[in-house]
Amino acid sequence: MTDLLALIVAKYNYWLYVILMMIGLYAMIAKNNLIKKLVGMNIFQTAIILFYVSIGYKRDATIPIIQSAHGGNDALAAIIHAADYINPLPHVLMLTAIVVSVATFGVAMALAVRIYQRYQTLEEDEIRMRLVDIGQEK
Amino acid sequence: MHWPIDLIVLTFVIFCAIAAISVKDLLGTAILFGAYSFMMCLLWAVMGAVDVAFTEASVGAGVSTVFFVAAVFSTSRRTKD
Amino acid sequence: MKLLGFIIVCLTGTLLLYGTGEFPDWGDPNSPASIHLSNYYIEKAVEQTQVPNLVTAVLADYRGFDTMFETAVIFCAGLACFLLLRDFREKKERFYRHVPTGVILHVKSGKKVLKTGKEFEHMDKDWVPSDLIIKTVCRILIPFIQIYAMYVVAHGDFSPGGGFQGGVIFGSSLILLAISYDLKTLLKRVKEKVLGIYAALGVLIYVGIAAICMPMGGNFLDYAALAPLVWDPHHVRALGMLGVEIGVGIAVTAVMAIIYINIVSEGRHDEGL
Repeated sequence: MTDLLALIVAKYNYWLYVILMMIGLYAMIAKNNLIKKLVGMNIFQTAIILFYVSIGYKRDATIPIIQSAHGGNDALAAIIHAADYINPLPHVLMLTAIVVSVATFGVAMALAVRIYQRYQTLEEDEIRMRLVDIGQEK
Repeated sequence: MHWPIDLIVLTFVIFCAIAAISVKDLLGTAILFGAYSFMMCLLWAVMGAVDVAFTEASVGAGVSTVFFVAAVFSTSRRTKD
Repeated sequence: MKLLGFIIVCLTGTLLLYGTGEFPDWGDPNSPASIHLSNYYIEKAVEQTQVPNLVTAVLADYRGFDTMFETAVIFCAGLACFLLLRDFREKKERFYRHVPTGVILHVKSGKKVLKTGKEFEHMDKDWVPSDLIIKTVCRILIPFIQIYAMYVVAHGDFSPGGGFQGGVIFGSSLILLAISYDLKTLLKRVKEKVLGIYAALGVLIYVGIAAICMPMGGNFLDYAALAPLVWDPHHVRALGMLGVEIGVGIAVTAVMAIIYINIVSEGRHDEGL
């Protein structure tokens, strides 16, 4: 029992991230409205970014900005220990991911507005019915 | 890192996510989505990723919510599911 | 459909949860992600690039190639929004409002255009009178927001910030102008052509600074080769990073404004929120 408790305490945050990813995936597959699908996609993306950023965390370490370099006196710079600073590499990669996610969101909203102008609805089953009607008329 | 903060904010995040995809009014979805973004920003700030938190605060709670409301304004506001 | 989705999600979730058994403990300094390359970045970044903020140093210098294409992605997103939605058809009917009495004129054919000035003003179909409190407060706030945005871009080397964050804040100030007054006010101040030119100019600044390094004797994106051109050769890599961040900020500002204008007016650029 204490073994299970130790396992839960060490890994509970990974389980919560997986639950968040699955909520986003469910919204993308099972919802009918196009904008709800979009919200699901964004939840999935931010959950993955959260997972990556949590990999770089080190216990008893500080943020990745080096204090002793302010003031311009480089010759007396202190020795920098790598274990004192949080890993900056996942942060860099995830900054690019956030930027790409907001660009995708903007283009997807433009697509949703265009679809509404053409079919007067945003529900997926109604759009499919209207597509079949247009196909049968031809 | 203090584990109660982590657990409480993660629980809020999961509640916001479930609520954002279940509400029937799309304007409510937009606001809940902004709240979800802001809770994520808090999580990253607590974990020490200050640049990522800054970017998410300016993008998620600023520009992304405005795009969402602008798109809902141009299309319909009710949804069936 | 919902039942199928639920089953798929449960299966995928179980697989992922089974995979988390192998992960390293949270916060472990000896996890595989933290012992190979990032130690080199943490220890050597300040003495090689003179920039204290490690995330900006890695983003704009060691991994500058990724950031260049990220700026190109943002530019393509603005371009895609413009191409999808922009509607250049002439408006058929116009509305004018006589300001002293409040009488509304509806001109149906497109040919006659009344001069607007003190007596007549343009109106839209969903016209709402602007609130005085909102207009005044936003008019006072917007210059300070823009100064803050430029501060964030300039201090990206020393504190959290950088080109992208400052660009988004500047773009939000333009969107605030469009929301508090109306869309025509923003379009009179910042024309659509100017926004398009700025978006391309940002990407050009980035690629230009990277390409100038090659005739000066270095590789592409090697800021150390720019040393004869700057006034402080010891800090040449930090200055190269600053120029590149300014390019990113300009591109992001213009693209945020373009996407907002096109979505909110469905491409017609006449009315808005």
